Amino acid sequence: MAIAREAEPVGSLKEVREAGLDREDLLGVYRNMLMSRGIEERGHILYRQGKIPGSFYTGRGNEGAAVGVATAMGTDDVGTPLHRDMGVHIVRGVEPWRIFAQFMGRVDGPTKGRDGNVHMADSKLGLIAMVSHLPAMLPVAVGCALAFRIREEKRVAVGWFGEGASARGDTHEAMTLAGVRKLPMVFVCDNNQWAYSTPTHLEFATDHVADRAEAYGFEGIVVDGTDVLAVYREAKRAIEKARAGGGPTLIECVTLRMEGHAVHDDAFYVPKELFEKWAEADPIERFRTWLRTNADMSDEEEDEIAGEVKKTLNDALKRAEESPLPDPSTLTEGVYATPEDLDTPHHK
Amino acid sequence: MAELTYLQAISDGLRTEMRRDKRVFVIGEDVGVYGGAFKVTLGFQEEFGPWRVLDAPLAETAIVGACTGAAIMGLRPVAEMQFADFISCAWDQLVTVAAKQRYRAGTPVPITVRLPSGGGFSGGPFHSQNPESSFAHIPGLKCVCPATPEDAKGLLISAIEDPNPVLYFEHKHLYRRIKGEVPEERYTVPLGKARTHREGDDVSVITWGAMVYTAEEAAQQLETDGVSVEIIDLRTVMPWDKAAVLESARKTSKVLVLHEDTRTGGFGAEIAATVAEEAFEDLDAPVKRITAPDTPVPFSPPLEKAFIPQVDDVTAGLRELAEY
Repeated sequence: MAIAREAEPVGSLKEVREAGLDREDLLGVYRNMLMSRGIEERGHILYRQGKIPGSFYTGRGNEGAAVGVATAMGTDDVGTPLHRDMGVHIVRGVEPWRIFAQFMGRVDGPTKGRDGNVHMADSKLGLIAMVSHLPAMLPVAVGCALAFRIREEKRVAVGWFGEGASARGDTHEAMTLAGVRKLPMVFVCDNNQWAYSTPTHLEFATDHVADRAEAYGFEGIVVDGTDVLAVYREAKRAIEKARAGGGPTLIECVTLRMEGHAVHDDAFYVPKELFEKWAEADPIERFRTWLRTNADMSDEEEDEIAGEVKKTLNDALKRAEESPLPDPSTLTEGVYATPEDLDTPHHK
Repeated sequence: MAELTYLQAISDGLRTEMRRDKRVFVIGEDVGVYGGAFKVTLGFQEEFGPWRVLDAPLAETAIVGACTGAAIMGLRPVAEMQFADFISCAWDQLVTVAAKQRYRAGTPVPITVRLPSGGGFSGGPFHSQNPESSFAHIPGLKCVCPATPEDAKGLLISAIEDPNPVLYFEHKHLYRRIKGEVPEERYTVPLGKARTHREGDDVSVITWGAMVYTAEEAAQQLETDGVSVEIIDLRTVMPWDKAAVLESARKTSKVLVLHEDTRTGGFGAEIAATVAEEAFEDLDAPVKRITAPDTPVPFSPPLEKAFIPQVDDVTAGLRELAEY
């Protein structure tokens, strides 16, 4: 039996305005979703051209969930986005050329070639770089929330995890600590229904991951992750509740991972009908239709946004390819931090 | 100067830093109301309040992970593992997240994890271990193992001040047994600088933590036989003071490496290998190791006594080297 609240879809422009987004913001949300997908599509091309070492992961189908949550975050809020959450980096303002540089292991990527894929974050934009071990970033996000509580700052931490990672103990420990201390924390579960090849019923035995929230003493919400506005509205509520001292919330964004686990995986184990069904709920197409119906997005506006994204990505690719590969002589630098490294806004 | 126990010196160091720096906070199991299993933080919650001395749920992963997040947000967390042994539960947070964050993402993680370690009082397999070598092997982590009260305070302050994740191994068997003069003011002892515990000419003992005292007793016994033993207390095993070890090795030409941790892959192996690589020509005997055997730490007193290197073991090893 489901315990978590199931969020309603967002209807009118009026409702969206009440949630804090004006028409200009909405077009920005659309742009960020396009940018997010565009980066990953071009990443695929780069991969096939042999320009991306290692493997390559995308979040196709998750653009609405990622952009929706990130749009609801305040400038001083922080987060630990994962490999399906490119949209979070885009909303927070990472320059696309640096992402391409990251994919290709160049020095201008946020990790300067020390790590690949979406294992990156610009700390100046309030993001912390993920690790492969999922959901190891949840306790870290809870620690950010703890710092805000100790310093009595009105800031919120957002921690992402997948439905697969919900099986691991870190999830339980992080939610326990956040729950008992009523920390300003929002847990976001990207439930894309497949943990590599393992379906949800082999990862958790409840109807929803969000059903667990009640056991930790806070609210759980299930939202359609392809509905960017519903995700935004629920994330906004949860973030403002946390900011006001109301403690954590767990939001489960349900989507389908529209590609394999990574580029090598053709996802043969996902039923074809499931892909067909969820393709009809493509988050970008869905939002585009909504904008045309509810916000009078014109052909000209649509073309302008698509054109701007295309140009940004073309320029970004060019600039990233000009970025040099790291010098092997730098291999051993920076294993340990120096006191000068603490000269950051966070550490002052 | 005041005479403090090793445990009091740890408390004093922590209190000094918490009074000086509002960013420092303590989190661990039973560290608040109870004052910690060993009472290192006794009275801290009264002085610093419940949000700077936090009783955590029984969740080591969350404790260390939360320290990492809070550190990235600009605080200076000090976590207490109730026993060093329980750090295994937080391995992933230390090794996967904290240790690598600076190198790969440019984000420093200034956290200190206090680890009551070591045996000698029938703590059994899960309350007696010395896991420093496991962490010394991980690039990005630092490992501190003070032996004296003065170092316990100064090294703890250095650990908290350091911009990296630092594991601070405090030996439980020294807590109330070892006393010494400790300056009342704030001071630091640099990480990576060994201390010559005893000067000598014939054999060098390289050791740290509680074994410094075992070595000292053995050295005193050998002195009556006319063998002059030098004892180098490493103080920190990562970074470790290679220069001081090599200098002592070159001076005495005979090296005994002594540690309470088990033998294979123990940190003594790294020291022995380094001495062999870099001071081979200066040696008059093979480098010798005295360590615990490769077993879990046993519970029953005769077994535990056989496990932990004893003064007689060290005396025998030193004689062997002296006569070589």
